[in-house]
Amino acid sequence: MIRKLSLGVFGLLAATGAGAEWALNMPRGVTELSAETYELHMMVFYWCCAIAAVVFGAMIYSLIRHRKSAGANPAKFSHSMTAEVIWTVIPIIILLVMAVPAAETLIRLEDSRKPDLTIVVTAYQWKWHYEYQGQDLSFYSTLSRTSGDARRKGSGIDPFTVDNYLLDVDRPLVVPQGAKVRLLLTSSDVVHSWWVPDFAIKKDAIPGFVNETWFRPQETGVFRGQCAELCGMDHGYMPIVVEVVEQGAFQAWLAGEKEDAARFAAAN
Amino acid sequence: MSSAAADVQHTDDHHGPAKGWRRWLYATNHKDIGTMYLVFSLVMFLVGGLMALVIRSELMTPGLQFVHPEFFNQMTTMHALIMVFGAVMPAFVGLANWMIPMMIGAPDMALPRMNNWSFWILPVAFSLLLSTLLMQGGAPASGWTMYPPLVLQTGDAFPFLIFSVHLMGVSSIMGAINVIVTILNLRTPDMTLLKMPMFVWTWLITAYLLIAVMPVLAGAVTMLLTDQFFGTSFFLAAGGGDPVMFQHIFWFFGHPEVYIMILPAFGVVSEIIPTFARKPLFGHDSMVYAASSIAFLSFIVWAHHMFTVGMPLTGQLFFMFATMLIAVPTGVKVFNWTATMWRGAMTFETPMLFSLAFLFLFTIGGFSGLMLAVVPSDIQYHDSYFVVAHFHYVLVPGSIFAIMAAVYYWLPKWTGHMYNEALGKLHFWLSTIFVNVTFFPMHFLGLAGMPRRIPDYSTQFADFNVIASIGAIGFGLSQLLFVYVVVQCARRTGAEASSEVWDSPKGLEWTVPSPAPYHTFNEPPTVADGRAFS
Repeated sequence: MIRKLSLGVFGLLAATGAGAEWALNMPRGVTELSAETYELHMMVFYWCCAIAAVVFGAMIYSLIRHRKSAGANPAKFSHSMTAEVIWTVIPIIILLVMAVPAAETLIRLEDSRKPDLTIVVTAYQWKWHYEYQGQDLSFYSTLSRTSGDARRKGSGIDPFTVDNYLLDVDRPLVVPQGAKVRLLLTSSDVVHSWWVPDFAIKKDAIPGFVNETWFRPQETGVFRGQCAELCGMDHGYMPIVVEVVEQGAFQAWLAGEKEDAARFAAAN
Repeated sequence: MSSAAADVQHTDDHHGPAKGWRRWLYATNHKDIGTMYLVFSLVMFLVGGLMALVIRSELMTPGLQFVHPEFFNQMTTMHALIMVFGAVMPAFVGLANWMIPMMIGAPDMALPRMNNWSFWILPVAFSLLLSTLLMQGGAPASGWTMYPPLVLQTGDAFPFLIFSVHLMGVSSIMGAINVIVTILNLRTPDMTLLKMPMFVWTWLITAYLLIAVMPVLAGAVTMLLTDQFFGTSFFLAAGGGDPVMFQHIFWFFGHPEVYIMILPAFGVVSEIIPTFARKPLFGHDSMVYAASSIAFLSFIVWAHHMFTVGMPLTGQLFFMFATMLIAVPTGVKVFNWTATMWRGAMTFETPMLFSLAFLFLFTIGGFSGLMLAVVPSDIQYHDSYFVVAHFHYVLVPGSIFAIMAAVYYWLPKWTGHMYNEALGKLHFWLSTIFVNVTFFPMHFLGLAGMPRRIPDYSTQFADFNVIASIGAIGFGLSQLLFVYVVVQCARRTGAEASSEVWDSPKGLEWTVPSPAPYHTFNEPPTVADGRAFS
């Protein structure tokens, strides 16, 4: 059991984790910044492991050797200025070592200049609205029908039979690969938050305010996230799905959507 | 110590405690009030624990089995409010009431009648809060953090939430004033500030934090009240207000609040480890400075709860650095406790076991806290189960274990009888194992992308959720053992305890008989022989 567990630990620590059971770690993601975020997370984690090894090692050693039942005689020392200085200064140095890359990544994260595409995201209780700025295209994105039926209390539908249970929507956000996509976020009612782990971005959608974040997806695929701020009854039921497609495919999709919208408007 | 002993004999027994309900309703004796706080907090701990079991039962498997999402949100909200304001804080106040006067050689708290009110407000406040479960619209369901605009969608429960928070705040503020006045004025003359035991020091610092921030919470919830009923727009953008301002005000209270919940725990552990290591606390003065630094720093880190709110870069950098800095004095304390153990002669009675588990597991909570401080990675952790794991590690094997350690440590002093050591150890092992089974997998869930405060989740999160739920049930059941041990000890079923109880512990509380007489230290004792503090 322990062997299986430790094999699992080593195996999965390296895995991306997205969509996998027993996932132990954050995904590396599909943007440059998501990879930087992952590296920063691992760096801090390794430092914690190193410090834990030293500190817990000392504690465990002491627990074994310095016990009355082993015949230990208690020492009488009760202070040491040298020790206090050492174990104050060394942690400060370690923190500085961590703080520098952390600050660098943060500064890069906040640079949303020169986007290729801007999407206005409006949060509602309990769905998302996406508007492609300057493209005359906007739509709501709500929990998919299959998930919506299965989620009901006592629905009798086994969630394991539903694809992407609670992480699927009727109309996903579609963006082109390699483009710097800027999101302008707001809300129509309460505070929500837009989070896609594979992009390593999360930003609150606040009524009356416009927040900004951005991502540049390097790979195609479908990436899923959820609302990350308690927003009422169905907070757990307003997922986010982003489809990253090749540039050409994106243009085609965009044209098709606008054509559909025009036909719909004409018919009504 | 002979004059103190003679005086203990001298208590005017013909007055003695009142009989029946009057003793408790009109109590001004710090021991009686301490007992009431502790009993109240134990009851609230079990109530909050039941709510946790509702939460973990629903989260055991994907799909919604037992409760509707609205009720689930009520459970998460009430679980937190009850545990923070009803279990952890009153327990530490109860320990303060029982122990501070005895530790400083004072006959009672400085303001005994205000002390009575501080306690009796709490059952009223919590009756109000719990009654909201039965109201139209149910209990508050916006999280214990009460963010607007969501909290303004609360039904009839809303004014009761605000009022009960006000009442709890008043209780805490009065209690804090009492602690400060007692410590600063009623110490026996030989006991200079730096000679005080660590439990007294940490409570002095905690009391200042309480006075500083509870009024801020009161202000925040009053603004919620006026936004709801009196047409103000503090937090409503349509009227020119700012929902984020609430978050700033709330967390300006909220961050020092979590240090309010941990500093007395540090004090307890600083009392217990030296006793069972048979060695003085390492770096006593350093520990005082570290606790003071933590308290000071706690005021300038609040926005680390808000990194995704849309804060300017400079703000994010400042709060990241300030938060990382808290690791330094906290680390100093962990090292000092370890150095106390080092080359001691340890025995492992139940209080020591809980204190050692505190040391290990609180440190793990500290590591996840350090990880949370780093903003780019916090973007991934924020509002996920990684945060839930972090704060449960520092609160459960942190604060709660310290409270239990303190109860086991001082129960023989309070009751005059030993508790059942075998059952205490069993309670310890079950609690420690199950607390880890419950909360360690939550780190993985958060990293894998599971948000918090959701009643149902995607199937890839199923495995660790079922483990956490099993752990929660185990942990909950184990606490019944604690109740049994405490009740049996209170019924005086164990061996009689001496005044020292343990092996040569330091501290004035160990110079009085067990059980401690109703009135102790009517005359101030001397502390010349150095037995006053560890």
